[in-house]
Amino acid sequence: MFAYTAGHAFDRAKPTVVFVHGAGLDHSSFLLQSRYFGYHGWNVLAVDLPGHGRTPGSPISSVSGMAEWLFKEVAAQKFSIVGHSMGALVAMECAARAPSRVDRIAMIGVAYPMKVGPAFLDAAKRDDYDAFDMHTIWGHAAQAPLGRDATPGVWTYGDTLARLERLAPGVLYNDLKACNDYVFEGEVTCPALFVLGRRDVMTPPKNAGSLQEKIKGGRTVLVDFSGHTLMTEAPDQTLDALIDFFRT
Amino acid sequence: MSPFFLFVSKPKYPGFDTLALHAGQSPDPATGSRAVPIYQTTSYVFRDTEHAASLFNMERAGHVYSRISNPTVAVLEERVAALEGGVGAIATASGQAALHLAIATLMGTGDHIVASTALYGGSHNLLGYTLKRFGIETTFVSPRNPQNFRDAIKSNTKLLFGETLGNPGLDVLDISAVAAIAHEAKIPLLVDATFTTPYLLKPFAHGADLLYHSATKFLGGHGVAIAGVLVDSGRFDWEASGKFATLTAPYEGFHGMDFEEESGTRAFLLRARREGLRDFGACMAPMTAFQILQGVETLHLRMPRHVESTRKVVQFLSSHPGVAKVIYPELADHPDHELAKKLLPLGCGAVFSFEIKGGRPAGKKFIESLRVFSHLANVGDAKSLVIHPATTTHYRMSDEDLKRAGITAGTVRLSIGLEDAQDLIDDLDRALKASQR
Repeated sequence: MFAYTAGHAFDRAKPTVVFVHGAGLDHSSFLLQSRYFGYHGWNVLAVDLPGHGRTPGSPISSVSGMAEWLFKEVAAQKFSIVGHSMGALVAMECAARAPSRVDRIAMIGVAYPMKVGPAFLDAAKRDDYDAFDMHTIWGHAAQAPLGRDATPGVWTYGDTLARLERLAPGVLYNDLKACNDYVFEGEVTCPALFVLGRRDVMTPPKNAGSLQEKIKGGRTVLVDFSGHTLMTEAPDQTLDALIDFFRT
Repeated sequence: MSPFFLFVSKPKYPGFDTLALHAGQSPDPATGSRAVPIYQTTSYVFRDTEHAASLFNMERAGHVYSRISNPTVAVLEERVAALEGGVGAIATASGQAALHLAIATLMGTGDHIVASTALYGGSHNLLGYTLKRFGIETTFVSPRNPQNFRDAIKSNTKLLFGETLGNPGLDVLDISAVAAIAHEAKIPLLVDATFTTPYLLKPFAHGADLLYHSATKFLGGHGVAIAGVLVDSGRFDWEASGKFATLTAPYEGFHGMDFEEESGTRAFLLRARREGLRDFGACMAPMTAFQILQGVETLHLRMPRHVESTRKVVQFLSSHPGVAKVIYPELADHPDHELAKKLLPLGCGAVFSFEIKGGRPAGKKFIESLRVFSHLANVGDAKSLVIHPATTTHYRMSDEDLKRAGITAGTVRLSIGLEDAQDLIDDLDRALKASQR
C-alpha cells in the first residue's frame, strides 16, 4: 500500500488520521489538508486504494471490502478517518464495523444512498472518455471552469482530467459501482463531521439528510461556494472545518 | 430513496471563446470588479503566524510574494492552461524565461536535449551555447523526419524539443510522431507553440507533454509587453519514467519534498514554481499579466483574421514576378503541406517567409519602400511587421552561412497583422516594384 505521510515517519505517540480519496482519484486529492495535519501533530496516512495512484493491484469492488482492506493495512490501533465521496462511505463503514478502532470520522461531499446515474455508470463501464468528462464537470461547482482556482496557476478541470487519464481501464467503473451498490446497515457512534458544498451537483447537501439523521450528534459545515470537490474548490474552508473538528 | 447525480445527458465544457474571456477569474471578491484587477503588490499580509507558516509550507493555497505568485498573474496562468487543456501554467518574464524554467526544472549538468534545428534564434543560442556552459548538451536534428529525434536520443537525454511551426521555413512538427518517440524513451516532449497559439493548435491533444508561449506575440497581440507562459499537460508520468530525480526524489531545498509524491499531475509545476520562480526569479509583473490578458480575451477573434489576411497576402505574393518563392505550409509545394492540413485545419498562422528576387540589394530596397509594414524584430503583433534577415539579424553572415541557417540573401519574413488586407497587398506591391527597379 502507498500512503502519503507528509514526509514524516510514524510516531506512536501521535494520533493518526487516515485520508481516503473518492472514486477514480488518489491521495493527492487531499494535497493541502493532509500536509497540514502531517505538520501539526498527527500521523498522516493519505492512502491510495488498490489500483489508484501508487498502490498497485486490482481495485476493490465494494465499500465494505475497502473498509476491510483499510483495517488490514493501517497499523495504528486507533485512528480517525477523513473521507471524500466514496472515501466518506468507507469512513462510515469503518466507524460502524470497528468503533473501538475508529476515533472519529469526517465525511466530505457525501450523500446516501450514493446512486450513480445510468449514463455515467454506463460510460464508465465502456471506459468511454465521456465518463471522465462527467466526473470532471459534475464533480465541481458550475463556476469552477470560469472561476479562480485557489492554488495559483492551476486549472481544476485539467488537473482532474489528467488524474483520471492515469487510471487503468475499469477502475472508475469499479468505484462508481461500489458507490452505487453500497448499503449502509451499521451505526456510527463516534463523533462525525459532514463537510458539504452548497453547489455540489453530484452529492447535493440535501441528499446527506438521511445520514445526518442517522448519525446522531454529527456536525455539519456547509461551504457556500463549492461543489463536490471541496478540498480543491474550497481548501481553506475545508481545512478549517477539519481543524475545528479534530481540535474539539 | 433519494437519487444522486442521476444525470442523463453528457455535460458540456465552456467553449474556447468563453474560456478566453473568463477562465481564471471570478468578479473580484473585494470590490466586485468585473475586469481583472491589477494586484500591484509585492507581498500579502498574513492573517496570523500560523497562517504564514502554513502558506510557506504549502498547507494552504495562497500568495506569499509576487515573485512566486500573484493574483493577477494567476488569472493569466489559469486562463492559458484552460485554453491549452493543461493542469496549470506558470507565467514568466519572457518566452525565453519559460524555456529556461522548463529545462532547469527537469535537468542539470550531464543531461542532454534533442532539439529541432528549426528554432527561434534565441532558443538556439540558449541550447547551443549558453546551457553548454552549465553542462547541458543539445543535439540538433532536422524536424522533417521524426526518426532523426529517435536516432539522437542518448542514455542521458531528458527532453525532446521543437516548435509547432519552425523558424524560418515553417517546418510543421509532427507532434504525435515525436511525442511517441519521446514516450518510448520515457522522456517528455516540450514544444514552443508561440506561432500557432491554442486557437490554431492544441499540442497536448497530439501528445506533447509541456509547452510554452512567447506571450509577447499573438497571445498579447498588441506588442506592448514581453511575456512568457509555461504550461504542463500533467500527463507525463515522472515516477514511472525514473529519469527525473528533480521531481521524484526528496528536495532539500523545500523541506525534503518529493514533488511527485505530493501530486503526480502537478509535480512539474510545483517544482518549477517552488524552486524555479523562487530561485531564478524570472517572474511576470502583474501589469504585464493584465496587458497579456487583454490580448487573450480577443484571441479567438484575432487569429481567424490574421489567418484570413495571411492567405490573401500569400496568394498575392505567390504570383508576383518579383518573388522567387513563398514559404507557407498551406501551399502545395511546402514539404509539410499534408501534415499541415492534418494538424492545422484552421490555418498555419500569420508568420511566413518569401524570397525576393535580386538578393540583398533588392531586399534592402524592398524594406525601405514599405509604408504600412513596420521594420522590426518581432512577430505576432496586431500591426504587420517585416524583417530582412540578411541585412539585419544575420547581416554578418556570408551567403553560404545564411544557407546553412535555412535563409537566403533574399529571404524576407512577414508577420501579417490586422490592417485592411488590401492595404497590405498594395504596400507589398509598391515595395516589390521598387525593389526590382
